[in-house]
Amino acid sequence: MAENIVKTSMTMIQALRSAMDVMMEKDDNVVVFGQDVGYFGGVFRCTEGLQKKYGKSRVFDTPISEGGIVGVAIGMGAYGLRPCIEIQFADYIYPAYDQIVSEAARLRYRSAGDFTAPITIRTPCGGGIYGGQTHSQSPEAVFAHVCGLRTVMPSNPYDAKGLLIASIENDDPVIFLEPKRLYNGPFDGHHDKPVVPWSQNPLGEVPEGYYTVPLDKAAVFRPGKQLTVLAYGTMVWVSEAAARETGIDAEIIDLRSLWPLDLDTILESVKKTGRCVVVHEATRTCGFGAELVSLVQEHCFYHLEAPIERVTGWDTPYPHAQEWAYFPGPARVGAAFKRAVEA
Amino acid sequence: MSKGEPLRLHVPEPTGRPGCATDFSYLRLSPAGAVRRPDVDVAPMDTRDLAYSLISVIDAEGNAVGPWVPQIDIEVVRKGLRAMMKTRIFDSRMLMAQRQKKMSFYMQSLGEEAIGTAQALALNEDDMCFPTYRQQSILVVRDYPMVDMICQLMSNERDPLKGRQLPVMYSVKKAGFFSISGNLATQYIQAVGWGMASAIKGDTKIASAWIGDGATAEADFDTALTFAHVYRAPVILNVVNNQWAISTFQAIAGGEDTTFAARGVGCGIASLRVDGNDFLAVYAASCWAAERARRNLGPCLIEWVTYRAGPHSTSDDPSKYRPGDDWSHFPLGDPIARLKQYLIKAGAWSEQEHEETQKRLEAEVLAAQKEAEQYGTMASGHTFSPAEMFDGIYKDMPEHLRVQRQQLGI
Repeated sequence: MAENIVKTSMTMIQALRSAMDVMMEKDDNVVVFGQDVGYFGGVFRCTEGLQKKYGKSRVFDTPISEGGIVGVAIGMGAYGLRPCIEIQFADYIYPAYDQIVSEAARLRYRSAGDFTAPITIRTPCGGGIYGGQTHSQSPEAVFAHVCGLRTVMPSNPYDAKGLLIASIENDDPVIFLEPKRLYNGPFDGHHDKPVVPWSQNPLGEVPEGYYTVPLDKAAVFRPGKQLTVLAYGTMVWVSEAAARETGIDAEIIDLRSLWPLDLDTILESVKKTGRCVVVHEATRTCGFGAELVSLVQEHCFYHLEAPIERVTGWDTPYPHAQEWAYFPGPARVGAAFKRAVEA
Repeated sequence: MSKGEPLRLHVPEPTGRPGCATDFSYLRLSPAGAVRRPDVDVAPMDTRDLAYSLISVIDAEGNAVGPWVPQIDIEVVRKGLRAMMKTRIFDSRMLMAQRQKKMSFYMQSLGEEAIGTAQALALNEDDMCFPTYRQQSILVVRDYPMVDMICQLMSNERDPLKGRQLPVMYSVKKAGFFSISGNLATQYIQAVGWGMASAIKGDTKIASAWIGDGATAEADFDTALTFAHVYRAPVILNVVNNQWAISTFQAIAGGEDTTFAARGVGCGIASLRVDGNDFLAVYAASCWAAERARRNLGPCLIEWVTYRAGPHSTSDDPSKYRPGDDWSHFPLGDPIARLKQYLIKAGAWSEQEHEETQKRLEAEVLAAQKEAEQYGTMASGHTFSPAEMFDGIYKDMPEHLRVQRQQLGI
């Protein structure tokens, strides 16, 4: 069967667009909207051509109002639609925080299942693009903390499409974070080297039709024996570069679903390696890494041979000129690998 | 350039505080029958005069006058009066039950019974209302069982919401009554989305959005108006101006020298300002707005001018911030008394029927309360199992919640 699947080389942008295309074709209740999403096809081209194909009543532009975009999606979900909406940058999701936290996340619970919010909120996140303070943030921890939400972040085109289809089909509200640094090609933190496009990477080979990548399921991105790396998004690629450059045989786990997460895969790996490094772009204090460190400590205490390391963004707003001093690149990640294996 | 005086911050104040009478002249009233009734396809900007006047039908003598006298079957009016009476009796019984610690909290709708009742009667059963915590009259007139309401209030073993929600935060999909949230104004924009969904699917259902005067200051209010206008969403945007947001007079919400209806006109939405204590006016305006929405002519904003006669909630003491006898001076009176007078004058009601109805409804409410109490009260401690606490957060229970439930030992 597998040989019959038609695969096409896609960027992450094309893969995400393909996921929405597949779902809009499959389910009349899927609607797509957000700022500049309709006619123009999105500032990152993720929705290009969809309005032309499905019409303005299913793919449309909205006023610049994040609370409004999420609020109407919740109302549509209560009616029975399945909105897949876009917030232009994760940095601008905060005006919608009340609707996400107080409403979308709680609707099923507070109504005892009377009403649900089967919505997917796509939003580009992450830095490494000279985005400065408001085009670079990684706010996953503020969503992972909210009960009732699912928080998901892909690291490659194949997962991006499969996870987005799974998210749209899921009956729980999903925060779908897209690392915009990975939109056109993998990025390992070496900003001085040219970007290699997805067409030169096997993970850029994407089936054209319907498939899913299950939520709550991590992927072992690089098997290894010496230490376990817990990462997601761009940091998966940075961690791989760090392993290559240090020669340390790191087992890199791409969480994919941040919360709820795949605890079994994490624990199995750490129990095997006895060492763990957590890597994320987001700021350190109360970042999602703290939860990962806690979980590993609680479950793997007797297997640990070294303190759990965290390599993260600094506890500062995301700067512009100091981008590469802020961004946790392969040198900083590699140094943590060394500390972990030498401890 | 002249050297100006020092600037002064303006902080609005109500005219009436404890011990002194309110001057209600700020209300911008119009005599019953005086305000015109435009066609339902009126251009929003041609409703400016309506946003600054007041649509009333029942005059001081109990006659229905003017262009807004609705086409309504007298049986429906009688049903409306009974539902308003039932709502008030229900409120007063539940207030007592709260004082007896059978529930932790309650919110009356005293004085505002006409608005939810008459609008619900103007809507179809499958039109979805997005209420606040003070539209219980919608559930009452839609004949949702009082026993179920009381079970929610008492968070007992039969609570439809399994003890998860504060009392009065009902959710009744089958009665077209959207899940109430404690977060103000959030449902206003959701109602617009529901209406947009109905339009996307080519349906015929419309949405009814509800908000209070105080909550219009929330961002979701303005957002809802913008989206409703942009997409011509089939939605009735109700603003219940009961003059008070807990202790805060409506002027602090932005009502001084303007009206809330005027906000609608500013956003390009046809807007009406209506006597909220006049059942017939509420019904007529709601029918007008519903027809406008159903005919794809767009949304309508209606400011209902009324008065919050009771305390904000059982945790509130209004005598600390407003005159004790304020309601008796409110120019638009009591919605039940006014409709009763109208119906008697129309020969469709009598003092005797009123009294009998009152007694019958009191007995009905009491019986419902007794039945609900069999399933427990907060005082008796018969509530849902703590195991329920972990259920329904996600469609399927994730592993971490299964573990936490086990840690609780259940």
